[in-house]
Amino acid sequence: MNKVRLYQFAVIAGFILLLEALCLAGVIDKITMTPPHIIVRDFVRMILAGRYFGEIGKSLANVLLAFASAYVVGVVTGTILHGYKTARDILDPLFATYYAIPVFAFYPLFIVIFGLGDGPQVLIGFLLAVVAVIVTTLNGLDRVPLVLKKSARVNGLSPLQTALRITLPYCAPSLLTAAKLALAYAFIGVIGSEFIMARSGMGYEISYAYTNFDNATMYPLILLILLLSIAANSLLSHWEAVLLARRGQK
Amino acid sequence: MMQREGSAPFRNTVILIVGLFLFWELAYLVVGEVALRSPLETVRFLGKLMQTDIFWLHLADSLKAFSVALAIAIALGLLIGFGLGLHRLSGDAMEPMLVALYSIPKITLYPIILLTFGLGISAKIAFGAIHGIIPVALFTLSAVRTIKPILIKTGRVLKLSPTVMVRAILFPAAVPEIFTGIRVGFSLTLIGTVLGEMFAAQHGLGYLLMNAISLYNVDLIMAMTFLLVVFAATVNALLLAIDRRLHHG
Repeated sequence: MNKVRLYQFAVIAGFILLLEALCLAGVIDKITMTPPHIIVRDFVRMILAGRYFGEIGKSLANVLLAFASAYVVGVVTGTILHGYKTARDILDPLFATYYAIPVFAFYPLFIVIFGLGDGPQVLIGFLLAVVAVIVTTLNGLDRVPLVLKKSARVNGLSPLQTALRITLPYCAPSLLTAAKLALAYAFIGVIGSEFIMARSGMGYEISYAYTNFDNATMYPLILLILLLSIAANSLLSHWEAVLLARRGQK
Repeated sequence: MMQREGSAPFRNTVILIVGLFLFWELAYLVVGEVALRSPLETVRFLGKLMQTDIFWLHLADSLKAFSVALAIAIALGLLIGFGLGLHRLSGDAMEPMLVALYSIPKITLYPIILLTFGLGISAKIAFGAIHGIIPVALFTLSAVRTIKPILIKTGRVLKLSPTVMVRAILFPAAVPEIFTGIRVGFSLTLIGTVLGEMFAAQHGLGYLLMNAISLYNVDLIMAMTFLLVVFAATVNALLLAIDRRLHHG
């Protein structure tokens, strides 16, 4: 385990040092990229000055909204769909093809319909996330042992009680995986939409800084987005591993 | 997921497609002419568009960028996947890092790509490729790792060189999983290429789409979206059929 951590640290450190060397040696010119130590300095300055806190908060609020709605709708839909074999069979090809479809291509359409505001961005995040939640919930429910469902029936539990007390708690690891995927997709959807076309938000600020050759703003913001998404992902992955380990690596 | 024999999957697909078109028509009736076009109007407009030369030029440009990007994504993805899969420590260390990279909104890296490669086809290709490399690498990595140890031991006993080992044992054993990776990589590379075209191109379907947005040309937006979805869904359905056969055949 420690060896793995050391390896990872070496890869990251090596990568940053390489970038630094290439920047300082002039292989990567200043207009293309500022050296990593300058990016970190700008980053610290940006955070200390509280610049873009409003934008960051707004983006994160939209990500959270997209995530929460996709998660709730996805788990509920997945649970209901699990009971209807025919409906599931019909929707199955849609689920299998869904992530091949460029959902961002619908963004212009949503702007035309809902106007250029938070709505289309949250909707894109929601659409990207919801199907992953449905599919993961269905997969988790498929693995619930028959004996648990039978004991629910023997005890005369209603479908809702069965879901809340037996099947959903049993697939807690799947539900956590679903949350991890949903958060990543919501993030990609919202930030991506902001980048494509918006009036505010982190993604918008990056594209604005880019258009103005403002590397001192662009790189710290990109760094912030990388850190946020990687931190969220690592945290949930860690939790997932702990949960799986406790259940004996099911 | 279970797949029953006979015509049931086909019938389900037909029901699904009809259902989606009904939903579209319904949405059109609710939203109206301001922001949407009916399925019929969209198909008709697309038909008209296909008679113009300019459309085929844009399409050819997109296809060229996309195929190069896909080739790069597959080649690099396989290389990384095999490299990490064959070395236990590297695989253990790099897999979570690749997963984390996979979860970042790559679109925000676009300015860096653009500054590095400049406006033009190479930026599009690079952007498409970075979307596709990670899934191909991750699936290949897990495929190489789950190969039965006895196959690898046999190769060692026969004293095969690393190249022969990959070609004669690892690759054939890992093909079904690798194919799944390529299928996912295909979709993501397509998304990446189109996104790349939306920002920094003078040609291609993504450029047409972005252009349609700024001109508020609803006909064109609908036709482009429809075309992209149909293309992605059709190719994916084909790849999925091959994928399932490889896994069960």
